[in-house]
Amino acid sequence: MAIVTTSKKACSVNPLKMSQPIGGSFAFMGLRGAMPLLHGSQGCTSFGLTLFVRHFKEAVPMQTTAMSEVATVLGGYENVEQAILNIYNRTKPEIIGINSTGVTETKGDDVEGFIRLIRQKHPQLEKFPLVYVATPDFKDAFQDGWEKTVARMVEVLVDPVEAGAARDAARVNVLPGCHLTPGDLDELRTIIEDFGLKPSFLPDLAGSLDGHIPDEFTPTTIGGIGVDEIATMGQAGWTIAVGAQMRRAAEAMQQKAGVPFRLFERLCGLAPNDEFIAFLSEISGRPVPAKYRRQRGQLADAMLDTHFHIGGRRLAIGAEPDLLFDLSSMLHEMGAEVAVAVTTTVSPVLERIRTQEVLIGDLEDLEERAKAHDCDLLITHSHGRQAASRLKIPFYRAGFPMFDRLGAGHQLSVGYRGTRDLIFDLANLVIADRETNHQPTPETWRSTDSGLQVVPPQLH
Amino acid sequence: MSSMSATIQVVFNEPGCGKNANKTEAERKKGCTKQLQPGGAAGGCAFDGAKIALQPFTDVAHLVHGPIACEGNSWDNRGSASSGSDLWRRSFTTDMNETDIVFGGEKRLYKAIKEVIEKYDPPAIFVYQTCVPAMIGDDINAVCKAAATKFGKPVIPVNSPGFVGPKNLGNKLAGEALLEHVIGTEEPDYTTPYDINIIGEYNLSGEFWQIKPLLDELGIRILSCISGDGKYRELAYSHRAKAAMMVCSKAMINVARKMEERYGIPYFEGSFYGIQDSSDSLREIARLLIERGAPAELMDRTEAVIAREEAKAWAAIERFKPRFKDKKVLLITGGVKSWSVVAALQEAGLEIVGTSVKKSTKEDKERIKELMGQDAHMIEDMTPREMYKMLKDARADIMLSGGKSQFVALKAAMPWLDINQERSHAYMGYIGMVTLMEQIEKALYNPMWAQLRKPAPWDEAGVNWQTKAMAQMDAQAAEIAADPVRAEEARRAKKICHCKTVDLGTIEDAIAAHGLSTVDGVKEHTNASGGCGACKGRIEDILAVQPTPILQAAE
Repeated sequence: MAIVTTSKKACSVNPLKMSQPIGGSFAFMGLRGAMPLLHGSQGCTSFGLTLFVRHFKEAVPMQTTAMSEVATVLGGYENVEQAILNIYNRTKPEIIGINSTGVTETKGDDVEGFIRLIRQKHPQLEKFPLVYVATPDFKDAFQDGWEKTVARMVEVLVDPVEAGAARDAARVNVLPGCHLTPGDLDELRTIIEDFGLKPSFLPDLAGSLDGHIPDEFTPTTIGGIGVDEIATMGQAGWTIAVGAQMRRAAEAMQQKAGVPFRLFERLCGLAPNDEFIAFLSEISGRPVPAKYRRQRGQLADAMLDTHFHIGGRRLAIGAEPDLLFDLSSMLHEMGAEVAVAVTTTVSPVLERIRTQEVLIGDLEDLEERAKAHDCDLLITHSHGRQAASRLKIPFYRAGFPMFDRLGAGHQLSVGYRGTRDLIFDLANLVIADRETNHQPTPETWRSTDSGLQVVPPQLH
Repeated sequence: MSSMSATIQVVFNEPGCGKNANKTEAERKKGCTKQLQPGGAAGGCAFDGAKIALQPFTDVAHLVHGPIACEGNSWDNRGSASSGSDLWRRSFTTDMNETDIVFGGEKRLYKAIKEVIEKYDPPAIFVYQTCVPAMIGDDINAVCKAAATKFGKPVIPVNSPGFVGPKNLGNKLAGEALLEHVIGTEEPDYTTPYDINIIGEYNLSGEFWQIKPLLDELGIRILSCISGDGKYRELAYSHRAKAAMMVCSKAMINVARKMEERYGIPYFEGSFYGIQDSSDSLREIARLLIERGAPAELMDRTEAVIAREEAKAWAAIERFKPRFKDKKVLLITGGVKSWSVVAALQEAGLEIVGTSVKKSTKEDKERIKELMGQDAHMIEDMTPREMYKMLKDARADIMLSGGKSQFVALKAAMPWLDINQERSHAYMGYIGMVTLMEQIEKALYNPMWAQLRKPAPWDEAGVNWQTKAMAQMDAQAAEIAADPVRAEEARRAKKICHCKTVDLGTIEDAIAAHGLSTVDGVKEHTNASGGCGACKGRIEDILAVQPTPILQAAE
């Protein structure tokens, strides 16, 4: 339906996009005892690290191969070797997850080759879990880095299962996209467990970045899925992938261990959750618990209450493809008009977004178009705050990074309950904006020309 | 690139830097950049440093030439405040893609400059070089020159790609760009005998505005602030100032010194953190201005303002004294800010623990600064468990620090206050010190702590990670103490030099093997004290007790 276009500008202004290596590191953060490592200059890590710390308000493990100018030109074997040894000796991780960056990809370092040599040279590392993913900064975006990294985790860490081997029907793999928060993962875990199923989340950011106080502080991730559990994921009865970006990992799982998968492109909204709950009921063989029948009713009622405020809103939204698709579809279904949609990278879902055009662009594009289309609701990550204050329209922060408000890790969008809370938040934002900025005055309707005012203030 | 390595050498050879002046020729060549350890490094790159230093120029368009990581992952991340333009907060980047890598990014950069000028018409554009275009040989100097000629607007190349070194090198390379391309290129409409430059001040959280009213009152004009709330034109005519104050330690010392050399602008290094420091700095500004021809009565007026402000501040701090009685502060940070607040904290009745800080007179300051710098290093190396033990052992009531130590402090239910650049409160000048006291008081007496420290009703009392960690560490210590071989190993493994990672054993062996008797000798053989130099005192202590029985040397 939508036409997908790419910005023709030479200069990106107020980027929406972040780089794919840190999307890769983000995925490794959902593994227990992990140390994400960027093969690049120290700034590559430091910028990413600062961004994660500002978003989660947590200590975040992330390391660098600290490539100097000379090392970059000569090749980074020694830096990768030293970094792995140092991390292995100092932080005693269970896994080191390595992503390349723009500098080392421009040089063309063969990191897979490096790792083979390092394993030969240091017998203690022979079997140690090291996962490497090529993620040059000059291609793709954050979401792609996550997508590639999770797929690679499956390829490297899941033990193959022979065709015809018995499966554990109660076990379900969940492959969440990077647009889900730790809070979303916990919500999904509860829902799945309520059907008597045992989920394994890969990656599981809810274990590591949900802001809990750990029993034991480690310099690596303080929780998440263990390498041992990942190895056995091939025995699960089903894989549930959330977000189109996870198709690749789900297919890898199917190929490696024969686990069938079901992809849910969205988990926000009434219809997508009906499908999800029905699917869980089907694979578990259990009826839908009363709790979810009630939650469904609550969401339906919330939709009735909020549609007055959300219906007819002209939405400008900037987000990575899966989040964009999820939120814009839900709001379209609530009667909002998706007037402007800007995203970071290509994806099969883009052309199905319920709007005229989806632009792969930046926040300047979003701001200009929001103004041109007279939008009255803005949704994007925290970097949209400047645009929002210039546009003077209600601004809902969604996606990563969210560094200027608290509780980013717990913001919900999945499930009946998550959707319910989200639409209440949005409607309240609209109400507050009307109360603050659009109170009628004796002059509001005084017409200066012969025609009727096109946009009267809303009086719902 | 040859010209850039030359620039880096020049920066390393800074004669204005006291530390540098004490180095040998060979050491100076090596530069002051600590060799980074792969897998064990923290901190930003040279590009980060350059951007931090220049980004607070508010009316300039800051254009980053590189792939998305450099700008996309980092923009709008600093809390500098502007009184005018918000252009500096917009982000501009060439977002180089694969095609640019293959065919070169110069054309894209040129077009980007054109787009920025057409859309935003800034008085100037700063173009930042990053690693990838530096590698593929994009000549940003040439592109900037061509664009400047074509569009008739200053387009300033800032050559500081990340991989040339750490953040502080980037600060200085940024300064070099200003010296080479901007400072002295325009003339002010008029000058006064009261014109000063403030160098290395970023106006974080608008904190410089806590001081500016006092300068305004004294009739002292800030001709240019480099770079907080700064404007391009002011920077371009900053060479007409009568005197300068260099804030923020040595980040831009090259700018201050070279402006003195080229334009005869005397400078001093000062700080507006802490009451005494604020007064000293105001006096010093007045003194330099009078030396350069301002009327002598300026000093009288300055003294009057100082007396008034100090009295107000001390009176305000007085009311915290009963609240702060017997309270201990663990103060940890490497920055200038910590040592300059020591006096005010002590005056308010807080006891400072964790660093051996006595009453802070001017003579002590250098030493305090070094000690604290060393502690900051140490903290970066600590495991969270060790850090917790340190908090516990110090019996502190509140911790003041910056950086990653905060999460351990907070999760240990320890009141904590951020005194680094990420903080959201302004702590400058006389008002700022009172604000700091208010914040400390609020943190200390928050009733929340009592609830948080209590275990959940279903948890056994005392079985939480804190007690477990302490027990574990005590058990380890007991085990080690019981075994003489391990005790000796542990003793020898004690790290003496944190910059160069040299332990006590290595130093003792070197002393024994080479019969060393000086710190320099130890440095030559072990590299200890070859970094920040703060461990000199400890090495002297070790030398003093050699070759007496080694056990005495342990602590």
